[in-house]
Amino acid sequence: MAEVTGIKEIIRPENLVYKRTHLMTDNILSYCPGCGHGTTHRILAEIIDEEGLQTETIGVCPVGCSVLLYNYIDIDWQEAAHGRAPAVATGIKRLLPDKFVFTYQGDGDLAAIGTAETIHTCNRGENILIIFINNGIYGMTGGQMAPTTLPGMKSSTSPYGRDVKLMGNPLKITDIVATLPGTYYVTRQSVHTPANVRKTKKAMRKAVQYQKLNKGTCFIEIVSNCPSGWKMTPVQSNKWMEENMLAYYPLGDFKIPVEETVQKTSNPERND
Amino acid sequence: MEKELRLMKGNEAIAEAAIRAGADGYFGYPITPQSEILEYLMEANPIKTTGMVVLQAESEIAAINMVYGGAACGKRVMTSSSSPGISLKQEGITYIAGAELPCLIVNVVRGGPGLGTIQPAQSDYFQAVKGGGHGDYHLIVLAPASVQEMADFVDLSFELAFKYRNPVMILSDGAIGQMMEKVWLAPQKERSKTSPEWATTGKPPTRERNIITSLDLDPNAQEIFNRKLVAKYNEIKEKEVRYEEFQCEDAEYLLVAYGTSARVCQKAIQLARAQGIKAGLLRPITLFPFPSKQINSLADKVKIILSVEMSAGQMVEDVLLSVSGKVPVYHFGRMGGIVTTPDEVVENLKSKIIGG
Repeated sequence: MAEVTGIKEIIRPENLVYKRTHLMTDNILSYCPGCGHGTTHRILAEIIDEEGLQTETIGVCPVGCSVLLYNYIDIDWQEAAHGRAPAVATGIKRLLPDKFVFTYQGDGDLAAIGTAETIHTCNRGENILIIFINNGIYGMTGGQMAPTTLPGMKSSTSPYGRDVKLMGNPLKITDIVATLPGTYYVTRQSVHTPANVRKTKKAMRKAVQYQKLNKGTCFIEIVSNCPSGWKMTPVQSNKWMEENMLAYYPLGDFKIPVEETVQKTSNPERND
Repeated sequence: MEKELRLMKGNEAIAEAAIRAGADGYFGYPITPQSEILEYLMEANPIKTTGMVVLQAESEIAAINMVYGGAACGKRVMTSSSSPGISLKQEGITYIAGAELPCLIVNVVRGGPGLGTIQPAQSDYFQAVKGGGHGDYHLIVLAPASVQEMADFVDLSFELAFKYRNPVMILSDGAIGQMMEKVWLAPQKERSKTSPEWATTGKPPTRERNIITSLDLDPNAQEIFNRKLVAKYNEIKEKEVRYEEFQCEDAEYLLVAYGTSARVCQKAIQLARAQGIKAGLLRPITLFPFPSKQINSLADKVKIILSVEMSAGQMVEDVLLSVSGKVPVYHFGRMGGIVTTPDEVVENLKSKIIGG
């Protein structure tokens, strides 16, 4: 409790140079220092706030590090079982089609136990946004191997490194959902630099617009770091992420609306 | 509007009754012997009439989680399946119970374990009335014994589900699902235009955000919640017990049976009485809450109680608990998709009388 009091003493009007966004609650985040979840939450809260969607939004939390997400953003929430968030979101959106509905899921949730729900929700083209945090590890349960753990990468259940012959290959599920006719906008972003934060925010704003227009499933993967799970400092983890994760999971758009493709073809940069 | 008389399968009656009860959504997955529910709803296409959503999911697991999402929006939503599919739904059902969401789950039971058979059975009693998934919880369980009750129990289920914020199961079987009988259908109810105050519908400035969850990391808070559930189940036990008695007034021998077995036992009682054996039947309509008090008081008047089920003996355990050792309690049942005949019931009862 001493730490909490300390923080509250520091947060005085005369000390403030930067404020939490309106929709973030006063609850203290449960994330480790340097983790990408907090940044992503803030972007999400900003988008919902700026687009005036607080009264229109229903979010679906996963099981994983962000299981307590409903404590942090001031909107209506449902907590789904592990992997089932896209099915839960389907139920919500089918019954309340005018609401803004999104899921927020980690790699184990979305690409291991919930693979069927992910694929079929995207394949039906459910008019929802799926936000997929990929940090290549099960963070909450203590750093076990995830479906997206890189070849050779160490975790508590691949202590000698992921041997793809024994443990299978990392699943590039974003590549898969991009091939499905039901998805409208599929992109892979990160939040480890201010420039990437801006790109991720731009992607989320697009997804909000597309959902208003009933365009189909929007899918935003955010490659993130896990300093605790990777046993690194935050700075080391970002460097390792850039060199290893982004090499395997390159950033950029996988699927953009057909009407925007024409403008894009002259530009080789996927991510402008 | 007047009630309407039709000749229908039990499964079709459930589907039609759901539309007429003003249901908002149905999410299902095909499995014998209940696929007619999904087929009927797809053909009726109620989105065009009442606005009811009907969706075929990729699995029973997805279907029950769609029910979770819809129920948490305060909507009247349901799913149906048969035994192996209901096992798959158990994860979703315990989350629904833990989040205190109202919904209807229909189980048209077939023989098991495993893939089992597609013929009727009553072998999912334990799973239905004792919880089914992990954690301390109960469903309200209704056991229809006719196509009419298949229809009538849909609206009743939604009423009970919303009254107690608790999932309700209609525990039927392949015989009642597939057989055709005449059924009086209730007039069309309007779908509700309002949502309960706890539902997630988008947070207006006038209230706190609504959170639907079954998670509580604080064990003290979790125990308080568990106690709240226990209190709710006790209230349900107090107020919602339903049963039917058949020739119990002068009965010396009591049969206890539900669903298809209860229909068989009605005939068995006629046959027994023709042979001078004064038998009666108590038919539980609610399996949870179980009519324990009524069975206990009947135990003061009869010599033997025979629990008749299409199972290896599941409900008999609740009968034994109800009777508290006052009289001998026996089980008789066929399994594996075989429906007991009235003659078999009489013969078994006679053997127990002699044995007693």
